[in-house]
Amino acid sequence: MTDTSATHAKMQDPSRRARLAEFWYYFSENRGAVIGLAVFVLLVILALAAPLIAPHAANAQYRDAILVPPYWQEGGRAAYLLGTDAVGRDMLSRLLFGARYSLFIGVVVTLLALTSGILIGTVAGYFRGWADTAITRVMDIILAFPSLLLALVLVAVLGPGLTNAMIAIALVQQPHYVRLTRAAVMAEKNRDYVTAARVAGAGNLRLMFRTILPNCTAPLIVQAALSFSTAILDAAALGFLGMGAQPPTPEWGTMLAEAREFILRAWWVVTFPGLAILITVLAINLMGDGLRDALDPKLKRS
Amino acid sequence: MSETVLETRGIVRDYHLSGGLFGQGRTIHAVKDVSLKVEKGKTLAIVGESGCGKSTLARIITMIDAPTAGELFIDGEKVDITANRLSAEMRRKVQIVFQNPYGSLNPRQKIGDVLMDPLVINSDVPASERRDRAMAMLTKVGLQPEHFNRYPHMFSGGQRQRIAIARALMLNPRLLVLDEPVSALDLSVQAQVLNLLADLQDEFGLTYVFISHDLSVVRYIADDVMVMYFGEAVEYGTRDKVFSDPQHEYTRTLFAATPRADVESIRKRLERRAA
Repeated sequence: MTDTSATHAKMQDPSRRARLAEFWYYFSENRGAVIGLAVFVLLVILALAAPLIAPHAANAQYRDAILVPPYWQEGGRAAYLLGTDAVGRDMLSRLLFGARYSLFIGVVVTLLALTSGILIGTVAGYFRGWADTAITRVMDIILAFPSLLLALVLVAVLGPGLTNAMIAIALVQQPHYVRLTRAAVMAEKNRDYVTAARVAGAGNLRLMFRTILPNCTAPLIVQAALSFSTAILDAAALGFLGMGAQPPTPEWGTMLAEAREFILRAWWVVTFPGLAILITVLAINLMGDGLRDALDPKLKRS
Repeated sequence: MSETVLETRGIVRDYHLSGGLFGQGRTIHAVKDVSLKVEKGKTLAIVGESGCGKSTLARIITMIDAPTAGELFIDGEKVDITANRLSAEMRRKVQIVFQNPYGSLNPRQKIGDVLMDPLVINSDVPASERRDRAMAMLTKVGLQPEHFNRYPHMFSGGQRQRIAIARALMLNPRLLVLDEPVSALDLSVQAQVLNLLADLQDEFGLTYVFISHDLSVVRYIADDVMVMYFGEAVEYGTRDKVFSDPQHEYTRTLFAATPRADVESIRKRLERRAA
């Protein structure tokens, strides 16, 4: 008797901790994902702690140290670990502060595109009919534009600046989410469990967001991870064209653009921002893969 | 004395196919003029080949789709889902068990939530009682309490079908529509699930509409039998009447096509082969 009540108590709603432990178990199966997560967490910490650990202010110019190479190269100085750029700003400090911008752009753009894309896509896939036709046509038109050109036009209309660039990039990326969500919702909608929920009395909103949507997350997570990097790259491209983050903002993309004339003379001014972007993107992609493995019960081994 | 739980009069369901840009649209008559009546505690079996409109009829009875014409009565009350929203009370009365146990459970929902969901939607039963009732139903269909927090992919087909039955019963329905509930299961599990269904029928006084193409299953479980052929009910009567004295040509063909496994017929077949 006591035995059964003990098992019953254990059966009670699994605590948040237990669910987290389960999630971590499946996530840690994937070694790449753990590495990606570690790098990403490190990046976030560095970005948050940038004012504390950066050796110099991001925009401080040292007239006596223009295009100083990294300290392990001939002519390098210990004060500027990764060297300086064409106006004598410390690369390391700028990269650390740039991490804040890049991560911020990625998060905001992805969230904006994801939420609006999921909402529109679910409505289109669930209700079909004229609403679906109208939505897909508009999305097709957006996709038919070269994405950067469209973002450029949008920024030109809204006015240059980081905020407007992020809105423009989110608008350009959102059709991908709409299409993915719509396709996934359409596939899930005719499954028996949805009908069963309907027979049990579930309304449209409940069916859309509680029953169907959780089963569509896997492709959305992967897309979110991929577009996180695209967002950073697009923002950099807009900055390069003078439409995104304005100099002297230490945004990685803008730094790359500013440094392009020194590619041959001073490799470090282009290499380090490029490496920063590469590492960030790679870490996030690996993490996205692991997330999908952990969040999709169909892939779990029981 | 006996009360009629389900009655349909002249149910018709047409599907219109648009022929695309240049083609001509067509109309397919999936169900033609089907009338039936089931009394409380009885089982009506609907038999027919695939594509004959059995499942369409099931969806109409379950109030998922609306019939193109005809009337549907549940517990003597006329139902018309196109005219007005279905009340929760009406929804509760008819539940369905699907053919494919792999598609009928939400892969992201734990079994406990699968069972408690109908209560959350339709009633304001407190959480602790919901849990107790789900637990009780779980043991009633022959599963263990520790299955409560597992996901559907951890179960076999037979167990999933038990879960689907438990979910359908959570709202104390009057009528249970079983859309080929055992045809995706292997034979020994079929027998277990059929026995479970028979026990539950006795216990809750359930009324079944049992859709199948397997005549041996139908003979075992049905009180009345309806044979459908291309959307039409070609034969309708008590089980004994239909099985002993089939009237329609198609019914006779159907019976003739059933393999016989009793000793007598096997012996005959062997003799014929030897000769």
